[in-house]
Amino acid sequence: MNNPVIQVEDLRTSFFTRIGEVKAVDGISFSVNEGETFGIVGESGCGKSVTGLSLLRLLPEPAGQIVGGKIILEGKNILELSKTQMRAYRGKIISMILQDPMSSLNPCYTIGDQIGESVKLHQDLPDNMVEPEVISSLRLLKIPAPEVRLKEFPFQLSGGMRQRVVGSIAMSCRPRVLIADEPTTALDATIQAQYLALFDDIQVKTNVALIFITHDFGVVSRICDRVGVMYAGKFVETAPTREIFKAPKHPYTVALISSVPRLDKKDERLFSIEGQPPSLLNLPPGCRFATRCSQVMAICKEQEPPEIKISENHSVYCWRVK
Amino acid sequence: MPEVLLEGRDLVKHYPVTRGLLQRTVGWVRAVDGVSFSLEQGKTLAIVGESGAGKTTVAKALLLLEKLTSGSILFHGNDLSKFSATRLKKEYRPKVSTVQQNPWSSMNPRMRIRDVIGESLFVNTKLSKKEVYAKAATLLEKVGIGAESLPRFPHEFSGGQRQRIVVARSMALDPDLTILDEPVSALDVSIRAQIMNLLKDLQTQKNLAYIVIAHNLATVRYMSHSVAIMYLGQIVEYGETETLFANPLHPYTRALISASQLTLPEEGEQTTTKQIILTGEMPSPLNPPSGCRFHTRCSEASDKCSKEIPEVKTVGTQQVMCHHYK
Repeated sequence: MNNPVIQVEDLRTSFFTRIGEVKAVDGISFSVNEGETFGIVGESGCGKSVTGLSLLRLLPEPAGQIVGGKIILEGKNILELSKTQMRAYRGKIISMILQDPMSSLNPCYTIGDQIGESVKLHQDLPDNMVEPEVISSLRLLKIPAPEVRLKEFPFQLSGGMRQRVVGSIAMSCRPRVLIADEPTTALDATIQAQYLALFDDIQVKTNVALIFITHDFGVVSRICDRVGVMYAGKFVETAPTREIFKAPKHPYTVALISSVPRLDKKDERLFSIEGQPPSLLNLPPGCRFATRCSQVMAICKEQEPPEIKISENHSVYCWRVK
Repeated sequence: MPEVLLEGRDLVKHYPVTRGLLQRTVGWVRAVDGVSFSLEQGKTLAIVGESGAGKTTVAKALLLLEKLTSGSILFHGNDLSKFSATRLKKEYRPKVSTVQQNPWSSMNPRMRIRDVIGESLFVNTKLSKKEVYAKAATLLEKVGIGAESLPRFPHEFSGGQRQRIVVARSMALDPDLTILDEPVSALDVSIRAQIMNLLKDLQTQKNLAYIVIAHNLATVRYMSHSVAIMYLGQIVEYGETETLFANPLHPYTRALISASQLTLPEEGEQTTTKQIILTGEMPSPLNPPSGCRFHTRCSEASDKCSKEIPEVKTVGTQQVMCHHYK
């Protein structure tokens, strides 16, 4: 079981803009095992989506560049691959589901054509074998009546079904790693619950390593095994999901969890984090959360906190934690 | 008994579907189909539902942006349909304001903040420019933004600040009621709490009534005094927030609550009992199912549910539209 499919080491991604270098991802490391779900949680602008795009090397170049680190996929550092070599990986070994299904599907092609495209590209199949393959990946996402659906166009489907089709495309070549970037944010609550339940099933069937990017702790609690909390381009805490909820260590994690209203009890007043995340253009020295932290000390504003291991899987970056 | 501020009685909004050269009406989208509620001064009513449930149509009808097909809105006990245009302009419109979901699109990018906030004062009062700007400054300070921001433009602010400005604008005419259409769902998690707390503070200070349109149940529980759960244009359950969350009656409400709860992995540590996952999706309001509109997705549906339309029944303090309650 303890068999990392993807290992990310000290990944750094920057955007070079007219006004300077924006360090969107500034040194993050994690690994995900077969059949495991790793969640990346954070607010908008913290770099979680850029992390996802970096893993696929789909950054908007030339502005966005991976400036350091390693991404080891099946024992190979994919940052050393040429563009052509990378294309053979993308969609076959590592693939992605984006937030808005309507903009990730082409409105002019049928569902079958769009799923078939990646099947044809990556698998050496005779033409008459493509359709059964497409149908099996529609089945994997539990799309009812796949034989009928594959002749339909995206506009004929509901939001939840479209997102399933996007999932089928991503899973069509049975990749080892699947990155899901806020796949349920555009869906309604009951549809979201259906969609999340699908992932459990897919993982049992294919043993795919799932990287789940979200801002919603409810979603994290439902499907992630481990989670990394991101703030201003860095992880502040990584831990097994249960520990993050039961015993969060970093002040940002604590604040973030307690600022979300609970369904199971009535809060009199919500805790709120004052201020806003720092600009990634010129980051303050020391801990990035220092300006908003309620327990800030002198050292926090001077030096970056080291990684402190609380247990094998639980790390926190904070001067307060001993 | 506090005074009832606003009452909706059997609100109905059907949109015609037209086809062909002559635009013949070939069907009706039953966006809102018989919705009733009442709201007291200084209280919050939340309207919850998935997209397509008709919650925004209700909000639009209350803001008089949509003409109702039938039903009546009572404001301080007076039927709005009997108001003349002038009377509406004097007695209703200034008393009802709105905060919309997306603070990036709800302000004119070419207007300075002082004009964004002051616009309704220019239109509705006879205050001089100086007085309007002075009022705008106090409003801005009330929502936690310094008065020095008055001459700035919307693009100079972050999302949370913008939503504060929109809240300040909605308070400009001292309304009795503010309709909040998904006030925090476009904002970041850590900013949401700031805005929700601000809205609650303003409510206590000014004895404001809110109607909150939301799909996030936890937000609703935090913000509201009573809740209406909508499904396909109808209120399926209606009651006080705390009793409703403690004892949800309608199968749809139970599924919604289950879908929004935190569930931690590993046995023995779950905060919920078994999770309810609904099958299928919400049917089209163009052709709603016969009988109970929820029966196509309900796990407890019986024959009766698909044939007879359930009546609204009162169970304790809650009202529920389901055959399973007597």
